[in-house]
Amino acid sequence: MSTIDACDDCARRSWLVARLSGHLEVRRAEREVIREVLALPDARLIAALGGLEGALIAAEHAQRDPAELRAAWAAAGTHAICRHRPGYPASLLMLPDAPAVLHLRGDPQRLADLLAGAGVAIVGARKASVEARDCARLIGRGLSAAGVTVVSGMALGIDSAAHEGALEAAANTIAVLACGPDVPYPRSRRDLHECLGERAAVISELPPGATPYRWGFPARNRIIAALSQMVVVVEAAERSGSLITADIGITLGRDIAAVPGSPVSWRCAGTNQLLREGATFVRDAVDVLDSLADPEPADLASARAAGPSARRTAPPVPAGLPARLQSLLRAIDGGAESVNAHARTPEEARAVLGDLTELELLGLVGRGPGGRYRRIRD
Amino acid sequence: MADVLARVTTFTIDGLDPCPVIVEADLRAGLPAFTIVGLADRSVTEARERVRAAIQNSGFEFPMRRVTVNLAPAHLRKGGPGFDLAIACAILLASGQLPAPQLDDVAVFGELSLTGEVRPCRGVLAAAQGAAGTGLRGLLIAADRVGEAQLVPGLEVRGTTSLQALRRVLAAPPEEQRPAAAERAAPPPGGPDLADVRGQAAPIAALTVAAAGGHNLLFIGPPGTGKTMLARRLPSILPLLSPAEALEVTRIQSVAGLRVEDGIAHLRPFRAPHHTISAAGLIGGGPLPSPGEATLAHAGVLFLDELSEFDRRSLEALRQPLEDGHVSIVRQNRVARFPTRFALVAATNPCPCGRGGRACRCGEADLQRYARRLSGPLLDRIDLVVNIERPTTEDLAGEPVTTSKVVRAQVRAAREHQAARGVRCNAELRGARLRAAASVTTEARELLDRVYDHGDLTARGRDRALRVARTVADLDGAGRVDASHLRVALAYRRQDEALAQVAA
Repeated sequence: MSTIDACDDCARRSWLVARLSGHLEVRRAEREVIREVLALPDARLIAALGGLEGALIAAEHAQRDPAELRAAWAAAGTHAICRHRPGYPASLLMLPDAPAVLHLRGDPQRLADLLAGAGVAIVGARKASVEARDCARLIGRGLSAAGVTVVSGMALGIDSAAHEGALEAAANTIAVLACGPDVPYPRSRRDLHECLGERAAVISELPPGATPYRWGFPARNRIIAALSQMVVVVEAAERSGSLITADIGITLGRDIAAVPGSPVSWRCAGTNQLLREGATFVRDAVDVLDSLADPEPADLASARAAGPSARRTAPPVPAGLPARLQSLLRAIDGGAESVNAHARTPEEARAVLGDLTELELLGLVGRGPGGRYRRIRD
Repeated sequence: MADVLARVTTFTIDGLDPCPVIVEADLRAGLPAFTIVGLADRSVTEARERVRAAIQNSGFEFPMRRVTVNLAPAHLRKGGPGFDLAIACAILLASGQLPAPQLDDVAVFGELSLTGEVRPCRGVLAAAQGAAGTGLRGLLIAADRVGEAQLVPGLEVRGTTSLQALRRVLAAPPEEQRPAAAERAAPPPGGPDLADVRGQAAPIAALTVAAAGGHNLLFIGPPGTGKTMLARRLPSILPLLSPAEALEVTRIQSVAGLRVEDGIAHLRPFRAPHHTISAAGLIGGGPLPSPGEATLAHAGVLFLDELSEFDRRSLEALRQPLEDGHVSIVRQNRVARFPTRFALVAATNPCPCGRGGRACRCGEADLQRYARRLSGPLLDRIDLVVNIERPTTEDLAGEPVTTSKVVRAQVRAAREHQAARGVRCNAELRGARLRAAASVTTEARELLDRVYDHGDLTARGRDRALRVARTVADLDGAGRVDASHLRVALAYRRQDEALAQVAA
């Protein structure tokens, strides 16, 4: 049974934003500041965006029957709450352009519980490296296990990795979409969307069925930032959308944290710049919890239990291994990751390949991109 | 003057097979005319102009009568310029300008130029085999293809440079048998050698396994790391062509018009078709089916660079050739059969941007799409997946890790073990035969079961790992496959994870 708890004005406002999606998209392309537009009251919003269609949209808006809208939303199986109701997250009200209605896919009680805990946003690049995705997953898992709500945007790369990590632990996570909460976007993340809807919460300012437009992604970032005490950026290039989330976080007075990356990698240029500008340096969930305003000691312990921390020391070399395999492992730790690095001749290469497979079968090494061998943690 | 009829035998090449064709020339009174009948394609009907000019320019006289040439059997579609010489001979016989008995029991096969010069044409070896097969005594061809025709034992081969020389050539004894190429000391295989490669011990090890067991190989690596360079060196480590194989290769190359020199082929072919190739180009086709790249690579190496760029349909078409070692092309009521036993080497970039690993700029979705495009029926037939990396500066400054000669000896030794099992190479081991041949140790059996139960191998992958392990053991000279051999094979397995890594 869907709970649709939205006043008439807010319901019509929510409809209006979806109705104006195409117009907003045109404005985005013209580099107007969408957030300033979104803060306008209804009539001025229509005047600003409607253009030739303005009168038509104004008429549609005036005639729109809120009861019908609520019925349609209920039929879609999603829940809704407007900014005038007590259940609406207080942190969102800090935004000048707070969404009129939050649409939810999932259980309203679950969302309320999730909002009651501390929120941490984990954001980053869609084109993220394997290491960074691992890192986001581990932070998500650690935070979720510690009772912190992981807020992110379900995008490819870092976002989905963070959600997946959180689902591996207590499923303390909220996904904020740039389309209707019932629309799985990106489509390759259908399973994740499904899972989040069942065990966590998927929210959006757009009503069910609304398709994603490009303006919606930076716009939903404001919700992600507002719902969180801290914004953790895991891997972001210089002009990444996740830096928008960090910027909004700064204006809202949120803590900003970043995971460091190689100074020569273009992938980490954005996060490294954040660190240079004073963002908190975090390596794993424990670091995040340490720097949250008031971490409970028990939470820290469970975060430590839930996820291994970042690679602070090389993993130990098991003592029982034959000497040959031990030295091979040490060589891998020392950066010799390809077979060529261990072998001078084809005969040696075959022997080393067998040994590497032995280590692989023992679960001590795995193969990464380009077939490179690396130590497995976790 | 009474009507005169003359007959000369020649051959048309259907696929790779010679089909005898009787050329009949009929001269009768009437307005001078020259007609060719008998389901001939354009290149044959054009023979009229060549033959008329050649006869007149060679000091013969073109009969000023009604000339009809019939190519029998009438139902067989005939193509190619190889009929010119036979048609000219038939007309000269019919008009009494050549003594008849000299062309009895002799097949005639050659192209004419307008001056009467006899040119070599495609498929001389096939024609010679056809002549011997149909019980003919001799063969008359262009002089510079005599060596090729003499590969067929027992055939009296006469070579002529021109129509003018024909009378003299026919009167002379047949050409002396030139030393059969197969009996000549086998020359060292030329072509690129592994000694040109610096570093890359691991890919060379994989190449050795591929050559020893006849396994198909996929190189994954960024552009410019030497994938093509390594693949080009595979022919140099394969065993030398056996006499039968050499004959097959010569015949295919002769039919395809790829032979520049007379005599037998010594080198294993290496074919690297461009990725825009069509399915017909790859497996053969055309109204008169001609061999495709898969057949041209027979007994050698077919190299598909930029595998991901190939048209999916072209790659699908490679399934039968890979599986059966031959391809059948059906045209109307005929079937042309081409042999296609080649070693497949494919190469691809690790990702769409080609950088791979940490430098890669591809998005997750691009990578998934890429992995999907790569996977599929062809990848299922690849036994060894090998990552290639840039050689280091030390490698480039250092000595080559091995030479083709050394590796070829290892490959030959391994293949001898396989021959003792009654297969050409381990890639042909299937089912019960594979299990018997593998003769795994208990330790290896347990290892294989463990990996299989863990879900890291498919049933097909399990057999593949066994086959490769058998080859690794053969290279070691080991009678049984033990765990160390199996572990090497497992490192080469085409795991779906390997593709996930392409995607990672």
